[in-house]
Order: sequence, then C-alpha cells, then structure tokens
Amino acid sequence: MAETAEKAKKQERVAMPEQEPKVRARNFLEVPTGYTVKMAQDEASRCLQCKKPACVEGCPVGVDIPGFIEKITEGDFTGAIRNLWSKNALPAVCGRVCPQESQCEGRCIVGRKGQPVAIGNLERFCADYERENGTGELPPKAASTGKKVAVVGSGPSGLTVAGDLIIKGHDVTVFEAFHKPGGVLVYGIPEFRLPKAIVAQEVNFLERQGVNIQCNAVVGRTVSLDELFEEGYDAIYIGVGAGLPRFMNIPGENLVGILSANEYLTRANLMKAYEYPKVDTPIPLGKNVVVLGAGNVAMDSARTAMRLGAESVKIVYRRSRDEMPARQAEIHHAEEEGIELFLLTNPTKYLGNEQGRLTGMECLQMELGEPDDSGRRRPVPVKGSEFTIDCDLCIVAVGSGANPLLTSTTPDMTLNKWGNVVADPKTGKTTKKGVWAGGDIVTGAATVILAMGAGRDAANSMHDYLTLGW
Amino acid sequence: MFKIVHREEMAEGTVVLNEIEAPLIAKKAKPGQFVILKANEEGERIPLTMAETNPEKGTITIIYMVVGKSTALFKELKVGEGFQDVIGPLGKPTHLEKVGKVVCVGGGTGVAVLHPITRGLKDIGNDVTCIIGARNKGLLILEEQMKNASHDLRVCTDDGSYGHHGFVTDVLKDVLDSEDVKLVVAIGPVPMMKAVSQITKERNVETLVSLNPIMVDGTGMCGGCRVTVGNETKFACVDGPEFDGHQVDYDELMLRLRAYHEEERKCHNDYCTIRDAK
Ligand SMILES: Cc1cc2nc3c(=O)[nH]c(=O)nc-3n(C[C@H](O)[C@H](O)[C@H](O)COP(=O)(O)OP(=O)(O)OC[C@H]3O[C@@H](n4cnc5c(N)ncnc54)[C@H](O)[C@@H]3O)c2cc1C
Ligand SMILES: Cc1cc2nc3c(=O)[nH]c(=O)nc-3n(C[C@H](O)[C@H](O)[C@H](O)COP(=O)(O)OP(=O)(O)OC[C@H]3O[C@@H](n4cnc5c(N)ncnc54)[C@H](O)[C@@H]3O)c2cc1C
Ligand code: SF4
Ligand code: SF4
Ligand code: FES
Ligand SMILES: [Mg+2]
Repeated sequence: MAETAEKAKKQERVAMPEQEPKVRARNFLEVPTGYTVKMAQDEASRCLQCKKPACVEGCPVGVDIPGFIEKITEGDFTGAIRNLWSKNALPAVCGRVCPQESQCEGRCIVGRKGQPVAIGNLERFCADYERENGTGELPPKAASTGKKVAVVGSGPSGLTVAGDLIIKGHDVTVFEAFHKPGGVLVYGIPEFRLPKAIVAQEVNFLERQGVNIQCNAVVGRTVSLDELFEEGYDAIYIGVGAGLPRFMNIPGENLVGILSANEYLTRANLMKAYEYPKVDTPIPLGKNVVVLGAGNVAMDSARTAMRLGAESVKIVYRRSRDEMPARQAEIHHAEEEGIELFLLTNPTKYLGNEQGRLTGMECLQMELGEPDDSGRRRPVPVKGSEFTIDCDLCIVAVGSGANPLLTSTTPDMTLNKWGNVVADPKTGKTTKKGVWAGGDIVTGAATVILAMGAGRDAANSMHDYLTLGW
Repeated sequence: MFKIVHREEMAEGTVVLNEIEAPLIAKKAKPGQFVILKANEEGERIPLTMAETNPEKGTITIIYMVVGKSTALFKELKVGEGFQDVIGPLGKPTHLEKVGKVVCVGGGTGVAVLHPITRGLKDIGNDVTCIIGARNKGLLILEEQMKNASHDLRVCTDDGSYGHHGFVTDVLKDVLDSEDVKLVVAIGPVPMMKAVSQITKERNVETLVSLNPIMVDGTGMCGGCRVTVGNETKFACVDGPEFDGHQVDYDELMLRLRAYHEEERKCHNDYCTIRDAK
C-alpha cells in the first residue's frame, strides 16, 4: 500500500488532450478530445482502491468510484460502464460537466499531496467507449405495471426519472416545452463542452426502452397537471428547471445588444445560430463583448462570443476570483482562449446611441469589505472609481429564478417565497397528491448531478406510490 | 408533423392563410393567444396569432404577412405538407368583458389577429364598430369576416382606392367624437398602435394593444421579448401580448424590432435568389 501510494504520487495525472487554445477559440468542436485506452488505464492505475473511499462521499449520487476504476485497469470496459450506470444514468454528461474539484476529485486521497485521480475524465472515457464500441444492449425491464407516469421537462432530472421508471415497468411519457429534449444540456451548455450528439443518443436510448417523448408540450398552457390526471396519468414528476432569466435592473437594460444568457445560448445551441445563415435564426455578433457574472453560464456565454468572432470578450464580476462559481476547468479554458477578467467591477448603467443600440457601460470598481451573511466578504464600491467599458454586446449571466408558467396554473401546490416548488428533500413529494418535483425548480439553479440525484430519489418514491400507495 | 389542411393567399399574395392540424392546441386556445411555428430542422421559431380555431375539427388557422425568410418559406408549404413544430397556445387570452360601445381598429395583418377578438366582444353583447385599413384596396384582408364580426365596419385605404381616403386614426377620431366609446382595441403596425393610443389617451378612453416583439421560446425563459409598459419591464410572451396602450413605450419596441434588420435582409435576399433560380 505504501508503495502504491508512493507510485501514485510520483506518477503525474494523465492530462486529457485538448485542442490548441488559438484554434479552438474560433470553432465549436469539443475542447478536450478524450483519453485513449492506454491513457485511461495509466490514469486508472493511479487510484489506490481505498477501502473507505473519500471520493465516493464527495459524489452526490455515490458512484462506486474505485469499483468502476478497477474495471478500467482490468480492461473490462463493459463492466466499468455497467457499474457507473447503476448509480448514474448520464456518465458521458457528468464526466464532462460535474464540478469534480468540489465533489469527487476534491476528496480524493491522492489529491492531498499531488493531483487527484481524474475521476471525471475516466467516467467520460467509459461512457464514450461504450458509445463507440458497445453493443447498445438495453437493460432488462420489469413486467408492465399498467401505471402511467408523466414527466414534465426533459432536463437531466426528468430524463433520470423517465429512465428509472421505465425499467421498473411503468408507462412513461415526457412532456417538453421546447422542440428538442435535453433541457439545459441542449439549450444551455455549448457544443464545445457537451456535444449535442451525446445528449441525443442518451434520449434515443430512453426512447428505445419505450419512453414516449412529447416535445412542443408546454405544461400549464397546452395541458395542465390536473388534465394529465384526468387523462389517466397516475403520477407526475415536475423537472422544469430554473427557466427565468435575472437581469441587473440598471438603466438602459432594454437597449438592443443586451441579451440574457438564456436567450444568447438558446440561439447559439438549440437554434444552432452559429451556423447562420445556413440556419434561419440570427444571433448578434459582438465586436467587443461584456459578460456579466462568473458562473458556468457566464463562461459558456463568453467562450461562445469568442467563437463567433469577437475581438474582445470581458467577464465583469463584482466579487474576486476566489468567489467565481464556475468550474475551475472552465475559468482556465476561458482565460487560455483570451477572455479577460474584470474582477471587483460592478456595472451601474448601460450606454446607447440614437438607434437604441448598446455602445458601452459604466462601471464602478469594488473592494472587499466585511463578511456578509454568506460568510463571503461583501464587495463595496470604491468612491470616485467610475469608468466606462466600450461594448456592443452584453450577455447578462447573473443567475436565473423559477419560471412561474407551470406553477402559476397549479394553485394547490405550495411554493417557497422565491417561487420554487416545495418538495420533501428525501422523496421529492410535493404538497399536491401524486406530484413529485426535483432539480433546479426545487433547489434553484444548481448542478446536473444534483438534478439527477433528485430524480432518482423521486423515481424510487414514485415507484413505491405506484405499487404501494401515497 | 403538423399538417396544413387548407391554404389561401390574400392581399395580392403578400398574405397567406394556413389551416393546420393541431388538435391539442385547438382545444385549448382562446382569442388573443398565439402559437410558435418552426417549418423544418433549420427553421426559426416564428410567433403568429391564431386567427381562428376549430376544436371539433382539431385545426387552428394562422394568417401571416410574408416579410422575410421564414414567412417566405412558410408560403412555399403546400396543403398536405406541414410544420415540423407548432407550440401553444401561448400568451394570455384577451380579457373579454361587456362594457358597451367598443371600437376595434386593425391595420395590415393585425386585422387577422383582431378578428377573433372582435367577434368575442360582439358575442358577449358589446356594440362593436370596426375600423380596418390597408395601403390600397388590393391589400385589404378579411373585409367580409370583419363585417360579420361587428355591427358597423369602416374601411380606409391610404391611397383612397377604396373606402375612406386616409388613415384609420382619422375615422377613429370621428367615432370617438360622436359616440361614448368605452374601449378601443388596436392591433396593427407599431406606428398605428402608437397613433391610436395617443388619440385615445387625450380622450381618456381605455385602449388595448397587442405587441409583437421578437420572441424565441414564448414561455418567459429568454427575456428577448421584453417591452416597457408603465416604466416596468414585461415579457410580452407571458405577461401579454396585450397591454394597456397608454402605458407602452412604442419607440423602444420599434428599435428592438430592428435588432436583426441587417442579418434578416441578407438572409431573405439569399433565400429569394436561390429559390428564384430553381
Ligand atoms: C449555460 C449553463 C451551463 C451550465 N453548466 C453546468 C456545468 O458545467 N455543470 C453542472 O453540473 N451544471 C451546469 N449547469 C446547471 C445545470 O445544467 C442545471 O442545474 C440542470 O440542467 C438542471 O436540470 P433540471 O432537469 O432540473 O432542469 P433543466 O435542465 O433546466 O430542464 C428543464 C426542462 O424543462 C422544460 N420545461 C420548462 N417548463 C416547462 C413546462 N411548463 N412544460 C414542459 N416543459 C418545460 C425546459 O424547456 C427544459 O427542457 C449549467 C447551466 C447552464 C444554464
Ligand atoms: C405574439 C406575436 C404574434 C404575431 N402574430 C402575427 C400574425 O398573426 N400575422 C403576422 O403576419 N405576423 C405576426 N407576428 C409577426 C411575425 O412573427 C413576424 O413577422 C415574423 O417573425 C417575421 O419573420 P421572417 O423571418 O419572415 O422575417 P424577418 O425578415 O426575419 O423579420 C422581419 C421583421 O419581423 C420581426 N421578427 C423577426 N423575427 C421575429 C421573431 N422571432 N419574433 C417576432 N418578430 C420577429 C422583426 O421586426 C423583423 O425585423 C406576430 C409576432 C408576435 C410576437
Ligand atoms: S457523477 Fe460527478 S461527482 Fe459523481 S463521480 Fe461522476 S463526476 Fe464525480
Ligand atoms: S479517493 Fe482517490 S485514490 Fe481513493 S478510491 Fe477514490 S479515486 Fe481512488
Ligand atoms: S420569448 Fe423568451 S421570454 Fe418571451
Ligand atoms: Mg427571420
């Protein structure tokens, strides 16, 4: 054991090959290009196979990390993916987008002295290997229960519920407002970080198992929850995400050239506007772009603007680097691609011309003051530090709230003061009989893996209800 | 696919009517609501108001002016072909109430949007005068239908080729001066709605307008459709599309509608060149 620990420390983490920053900053192809079998096995050999693996505690769904990694070292890639699937329905997605540094890898014992085992990269490798070489065999399915389940929203949370309940023998229909399923995985996270073909294949996998996916169905408008019950559904899961863009509420916000990240990324990803005019949906091409916010959404917006040919892209954030909520890899990639960080900077006003188009914004320099309720030092404005940034495009990525479209048509379901659905944290049960909820609509904007975890818990509770009772 | 079962051209081929199979939407839709349509995989999401719905037959009818690439593409679709995606019903339905004397003012394809609202207002017992206008006689749409949907129809053309020579606003002023009007509903080009609202504001007559900002999702998730109403930002797709005409910032709406003007013009020209070469 001591010997292997020594070995793991000495052996460097196997970096995943990536496109050159200069090249990739102008294309939409995926940035990290994937491990070869050799790379995966070399990296897998760095895992110490801990008896009490700390990494597993860091994973919100408890993936058997040493277990699947061991299968990789043995060359049993089918065994590895089966192991992953038993806890995580979307390893190709999670391997790419989980904030590993604060979850699994953040706890890895090897990381105490050197770099942690690249759990995310290995997870991605298994899923990609299976996709490219696997048999695509369907998991065994229980005999039909005759029960009908409606899942509202086809993001990671809804897809997890659909996948879990279909193999338990229920009849599952997913209702999605957009014309394509996948939620944020298709309309938000860009192609260069999560190829849409991967999401499409995951969805197709569910369809092959018998899940019925109905797009263009805006629940609350096309059909209400009560009407779904009238149509014979026995249970409903709500996984509609956090689809309400927040703006800054500062003067000039309705100038042409100011878009929410939701709009900008939906145009780019879902509508493929980066191929305009080959497709019909336009997207504004900024020369000098400012992105407000510093989470994953902001990084995705900034890197998209760069790929659409911007001369300069600036991230404007009112706190400091330590508080930036984005995944480390995204911040690193963004900086490599030439995106500038304007930290401790707060916009106060947008500036425009006679055509109502954005020309710049006024900002204030901030400094860190006393800690606030969240324990983080509160940024306070520096007197007389006003300055102007010239820009013709601004993407607002300062968070999103709960979209009231569905909840406002469901008066008998309790919401919290922010409009999120109140659900039991263990089971996902809402206050409305026969209705469960999970993912961003319950927690507020969070992560893919938490949305999936909530989906799994709810699916178990729904199965109990359908077979035993409420 | 959402199949087109009936198709008409009007206004010298500049306006097209499609009756489309969409049973779920037809069952649910109310006057004033709209749908979003996408013709094919590469298509854009285009919002259009339902001019008619037939719940028994399971169809909805849209009437649109051909203005750019997407509507030109829609125009090419034949009976039996259809739209890849139709989403709806979206937006808040018109609040129909019995108030007494109502004037409905429509311009361009706004007349199509106005038609079910006019009929609805008449059906619940209002006394409805309707004023519709177009640039010339050939471009006028739905005259017969509007006559049937109201008690009194006045027609205007900008060039005097038919009906009153002049703008709908001239006729509106006459009606407002001679009758005790309780409500005005104005739907048409933004400058027309702005002019109507100015006139009714001076006379303190409640006015409803239907706004058409650029939309993407139509469910309140993108904020692209934001308009300023009474100094507050609203999302037209969920808070509207109908608003109090006296409170709307029309100038901002007009500027925002031009956001993609250059790109759209180029895209449309390219499309027409390729289509006409075929
Ligand atoms: C740009 C961006 C980048 C991100 N990057 C990361 C990352 O790197 N790592 C990470 O872990 N997390 C990331 N996140 C967060 C993560 O994507 C979300 O937490 C997660 O997708 C939430 O899943 P969900 O299933 O709850 O909802 P969503 O993924 O939001 O899906 C909800 C679905 O419901 C549909 N819907 C909404 N209303 C209705 C209705 N009334 N009727 C029918 N359907 C409806 C929506 O159209 C949507 O398809 C990112 C988010 C964004 C926006
Ligand atoms: C709620 C609503 C209801 C509408 N109902 C009708 C109707 O019943 N009949 C009708 O003829 N028109 C209606 N419109 C307008 C119609 O949507 C536009 O004419 C159409 O989108 C133009 O698309 P295009 O590609 O053919 O033209 P483009 O050349 O791309 O655009 C021409 C102009 O149309 C507007 N426009 C472009 N894209 C959009 C978009 N995604 N959403 C809204 N406007 C856009 C812009 O002002 C643009 O400059 C409605 C719009 C809204 C928002
Ligand atoms: S699901 Fe996410 S947190 Fe869990 S092991 Fe995989 S990458 Fe780590
Ligand atoms: S903590 Fe690190 S070394 Fe230990 S089992 Fe997990 S991945 Fe392997
Ligand atoms: S169209 Fe996106 S919020 Fe209205
Ligand atoms: Mg267009």
